[in-house]
Amino acid sequence: MKKLNRRDFIKIAGTTAAVSTLGIPSIGSAASKKVVIVGGGTGGATCAKYIRMADDSVEVTLIEPNKHYYTCYLSNEVLGGARKIDSIKFGYDGLKKHGVKVVHDMVTGIDAGARTVTTKGGDSFKYDRCVVAPGISFRDNIAGYDDAAMQKMPHAWKAGDQTMLLRKQLEAMADGGTVVIAAPPNPFRCPPGPYERACQIANYLKNNKPKSKVMIVDAKEAFSKQKLFMQAFDRYYKDNLEWVSSFDTDGGITDVTGGVVKTGEGTTLKADVFNIIPAQQAGAIALTAGLADDSGWCPVVHKTFESTIHKGIHVIGDAAIQKPLPKSGYAANSEAKVTAAAIVELVNGREPGTPSWVNTCYSIVAPDDGISVAMVYNFVDGKVAKVAGSGGLTSLESTPDDRAREVQYAYSWFDNIVHDAFGA
Amino acid sequence: MPAKKSHAMLLGSFLLFGSSALMAAPSASMLANTCAGCHGTNGISVGPASPTIAGKSAEYLKEVMEGYKSGDRHATIMNRIAKGYTDEEIALMADYYAALPFESAAEKQTFDSAKIEAGSKLYKKNCSKCHDENGTLAEDDSGILGGQWLPYLQFTMVDYRSGRSEMTKKMKKKVEKLNDEEIESVLQFFASQK
Repeated sequence: MKKLNRRDFIKIAGTTAAVSTLGIPSIGSAASKKVVIVGGGTGGATCAKYIRMADDSVEVTLIEPNKHYYTCYLSNEVLGGARKIDSIKFGYDGLKKHGVKVVHDMVTGIDAGARTVTTKGGDSFKYDRCVVAPGISFRDNIAGYDDAAMQKMPHAWKAGDQTMLLRKQLEAMADGGTVVIAAPPNPFRCPPGPYERACQIANYLKNNKPKSKVMIVDAKEAFSKQKLFMQAFDRYYKDNLEWVSSFDTDGGITDVTGGVVKTGEGTTLKADVFNIIPAQQAGAIALTAGLADDSGWCPVVHKTFESTIHKGIHVIGDAAIQKPLPKSGYAANSEAKVTAAAIVELVNGREPGTPSWVNTCYSIVAPDDGISVAMVYNFVDGKVAKVAGSGGLTSLESTPDDRAREVQYAYSWFDNIVHDAFGA
Repeated sequence: MPAKKSHAMLLGSFLLFGSSALMAAPSASMLANTCAGCHGTNGISVGPASPTIAGKSAEYLKEVMEGYKSGDRHATIMNRIAKGYTDEEIALMADYYAALPFESAAEKQTFDSAKIEAGSKLYKKNCSKCHDENGTLAEDDSGILGGQWLPYLQFTMVDYRSGRSEMTKKMKKKVEKLNDEEIESVLQFFASQK
C-alpha cells in the first residue's frame, strides 16, 4: 500500500504522459535536437548554458543583436557613481565555451508553423524548440516620449548607453538642481528598481551636490519593499529625496511633448534632469511573433514556460506572465533553468519533470545598507505558487551589521548570477 | 502503535492524492540549480560573501539548513529561503551538492602570510581534531573550511562568537580562548588552503 502511493503513481502518470506526448508531432526526435534562443540577456544566456550542461547533444543557437550585454541589476550603482559601467558588461565567450552557437543579428520573425526564426541579416534558422527571452519594450503611456525624447530624458531601464547618458547628465548638473524620476505603473521590470535608483542618486547628490534634490513622481500609489525604502528615505535622504504618489498628481508624469513635462492633473514640472521610465510590455519580437495577449505580456504554461499561444515556443524572463514570480533577474535565471530542463526532456521525447523556482532580489539603499526580498516557489494546480511560510522581506528592525552584510551578499549574488548566466 | 501507524499512512496517501495530485517531487538537480544564483554554478561560489556549497557532506548541509529553518543559525536571507523546503527536498539538495567536487577559492583571495603562519599553529592546537586535514575534509558534521571564502568565514565566526549562531560545546570552549586577532589568523589559514 505504501509503495503504491508514490512510485506506482508516477508510473501511471508516466505512462499517460508517454502516450500523450507521442500523439503530439511537436516532440523532437533523437535525430533532431535544435534549439534557437532569441535574446541574450540573463534568461536567454542561462537557458542556453543549462541546456548544454544537461545534454550536449542538443544544438543551441543564441541570437542576440549586441556583442555585449549590460545587466540592469546594479546599473543603479553606475548612476550613483559607486560602480563603473564595465563592471556590468558581459560578452558571450563563456557561452561559446559551452558549445552554444552565438549569432549577432536581430530576429525579425518567428514562424511557429514552419518552426523557423528569420533575422534582419537575411538568415533563417530551423528549430525544434524556440526560447524567446527579449526582455521589455515600452508602451506609449507618456505623450511625446519618442526616440528623440529618450536621448534628452533617458529611461535608463535598458542598461548600457542609456545608463551612461543619465550618469553624464547627473555629473553635469549644477549644485542646487533637481532630478525627477518618473516611476512606471505595474507590471514592470525590476519592481524595486526606481526606488533603489532614487537612493543611489540621492546618495551621490548628498556627497557631491548637497543643495540638489531628487523627486520620484510615481504612476502608482504603492510600491515594492515600500516600508523598507521609506525607512531608508527617512534615515539617509530626509533633506534631498521626496516620493510623490500617483494620488497627488493624478497618474504621475503623462506628457513630455516638446520637452514640457506635465503630470496627469496638468501641472508643469521643472527639473534639471528627467529620468522617464515609461510603462512596459514584452520585448518587440514577442509582440511581432504574436506571443503576447491583450495585456502586452506573454501567457505561458508554468510547468515548461511554453507559450499558450504558439506551441514549440517558450517565453522566459520579463516578457512572460509569470506571476507570482516577479520580473527580476533572479526569476529570469530560475525560469531559464526550469525551461532548459523541460526542453532537454522534450527534445529527447520524455515528459518534463516538476519545476521549482527561487527569487532573491537585493536593493542597495546606502553604501552600507542593503535590503532584500526572497521567495521559494513550487508548482501547484498547474501554476507557480509561493511556498507558504517561506521568503519575505528584510526586517525593518534588522541591525546595521546585517544591513551591511546584505550589501556584501548583493555583490556576491551579482558575481555568481552573471557567472551562472554568461560564464564559462 | 499499529493503529497509529496506519492512520499516518492514510493521511500520507491523502496528501499525495490531494494537494499535489499526479505531481512527483522536483528532481534533485531542479531543486539544487535554484541555489546557483547566489552560490555559483554547481555550487562553486565566485562571490566572496557566499560560501561554496559543493563537496560538503550531506549531513553538514542538512544540519545547516535545519539550523536556518529553526533559527538556531543566524542569517539575513537563508532563514527565509530554508523555510521553503521540506526535509525531503533538503535531503535531495544536500545529497546532490555533496556529490559535486569542491574547488578551493584560495587563489582568488589575498592573505597576510604572517597571519597564515600564526593561524597554522593555532589550528593545530585548537581545531585540528574535528577539522581534519587543515579543514579540507568533508567530515560528517564539519563543513569544508579549507579553501572557503574568507568573508564568509568571518561572518560565520562573528555569529558564533556573538551567540547568534549555536556552536557545539567542544567548539565553544576552544573559540572562547581565542582573541580577535587569533580568530582572524585561523580563518586566514583555513581560507588559504589550496
